[in-house]
Amino acid sequence: MDPAVAGRVTSVLPLKLSGVGLTIGQHTLLKDIHHTFTGSSISVVMGHNGAGKTLLLKICHGLIPPTAGRLQWHRPARAKRPCVQAMVFQRPVLLRRSVEQNIRHVLKAGRIAKSETGRAVQQALAMSRLTDMASRPARQLSGGEQQRVALARAWAARPEVLILDEPCTYLDPAATLEVEQIITAFYDAGTKIIMATHDIAQARRLAGEIILMHQGKIAECAGGHEFFGGPCSDQARAFLEGRLWTRGNSI
Amino acid sequence: MNDLGASFATAFRLLLSLDPDLLQIVGLSLYVSVSAVAIASFLGMPFGALVAMTRFPGRGALVIVLNAFMGLPPVVAGLFVYLMLSRAGPLGDWGLLFTPSAMIAAQTLLVLPIVAALTHQTIGDLHIEYDEYLRSLRMGRVSSVLTLLWEGRYSLFTAALAGFGRAIAEVGAVMIVGGNINHVTRVMTTSIALETMKGNLALALGLGVVLLAIVALVNALAFELQRWTRQWQGA
Ligand SMILES: Nc1ncnc2c1ncn2[C@@H]1O[C@H](COP(=O)(O)OP(=O)(O)OP(=O)(O)O)[C@@H](O)[C@H]1O
Ligand SMILES: [Mg+2]
Repeated sequence: MDPAVAGRVTSVLPLKLSGVGLTIGQHTLLKDIHHTFTGSSISVVMGHNGAGKTLLLKICHGLIPPTAGRLQWHRPARAKRPCVQAMVFQRPVLLRRSVEQNIRHVLKAGRIAKSETGRAVQQALAMSRLTDMASRPARQLSGGEQQRVALARAWAARPEVLILDEPCTYLDPAATLEVEQIITAFYDAGTKIIMATHDIAQARRLAGEIILMHQGKIAECAGGHEFFGGPCSDQARAFLEGRLWTRGNSI
Repeated sequence: MNDLGASFATAFRLLLSLDPDLLQIVGLSLYVSVSAVAIASFLGMPFGALVAMTRFPGRGALVIVLNAFMGLPPVVAGLFVYLMLSRAGPLGDWGLLFTPSAMIAAQTLLVLPIVAALTHQTIGDLHIEYDEYLRSLRMGRVSSVLTLLWEGRYSLFTAALAGFGRAIAEVGAVMIVGGNINHVTRVMTTSIALETMKGNLALALGLGVVLLAIVALVNALAFELQRWTRQWQGA
């Protein structure tokens, strides 16, 4: 095995979803999801609004129990470190505290040794370029800065798997690039990334693997090159062309 | 009209003279009510938060009862504590009746539902906002409650103030369990009631003005403190 790949095989992966489904009331929101997330690449989940991306990520993260099928981690999370996975939500959820206190809160939950806390906080601040804003109230920051706080928090928790739900939705191109750099830094540090995005260009830049969702099902799953080179399914072609067409017209 | 003018004059004279009797009464009032609010907050805030953050059968009914008890008449609270502490009562051996401790117990009972219900309200809203975040961190119940209590600190402070307002202003409960004994259990409200009954209306009103001034002062201090910390912590 390639040593670069071997190095990033984490203890909890692969994550295997077999026939995962979610029904709330009479609505079937997710159906027949079969997929294995391996540790070797950035997995990008795409699809239209309401396709079920957020629900799929929350199921993977354990926030919503699936009503059908099952979810199997290679090795279940060890009790000592509850933060093997971290999730950054579509809208950043920040505490009514300073940026630094937000990061410290995650560390406390992760039960990281007191002696390491200070260094971990400084590192997380530095990598997200928030050092100057450490004492600012987190909820007064701009949207892009808040998203960086959410990422800094995840960084401090040192997760093996990082789940990102449209981390760049509200960001301008420069901020998007910054967030992508942070995501790449996570990846380089050996973290498995599972992220949802609408941004086709972003998916092209980051994706090792693309999972296209359509009406609660996986319509197509392929490597990044294959997907953008020539998708197999009609839905994938429609998705890509529809997007480009809209863009072409709207400019 | 005359009475009113006279009472303000009396109030000023009382305040300026720093009469030791008056100071003792004011001191006891503050001691009893602040203690009651502290105990009620210590018990009621975690309780209200826990009710807001967990689903269990009978939760709705509990919240209704809690809200109803916000309107508990002070005399009823006093009567209940009286029955518990009287010689024949289950806690009669403690010999607490007609002591400041009994007054604290009665006011705690009065303030507890207010603090718990307002905390339930505040933490309920915060829980909707932070539930997924806390579960994402795999945070335990105790840490989650503490996190949200801290997130709601400003509203909870206001809840405690509401409780204080209720405690310092009530007369029924402290009268029943304290007995308005001079130099022992006499507080501002019971003195006002006593002086009114004796016909010393100017003195009674004067004491009333002092009471109002103290409540206003406490609220002003609390407001300033809140504004100041808010500025520093931003929320
Ligand atoms: N708790 C719920 N009860 C009922 N329906 C829900 C619930 N949560 C989500 N849904 C529905 O499930 C569908 C998928 O939602 P999801 O949030 O996963 O979409 P998404 O792919 O993330 O969309 P977007 O790109 O807009 O974020 C939507 O139609 C949504 O209305
Ligand atoms: Mg979504």
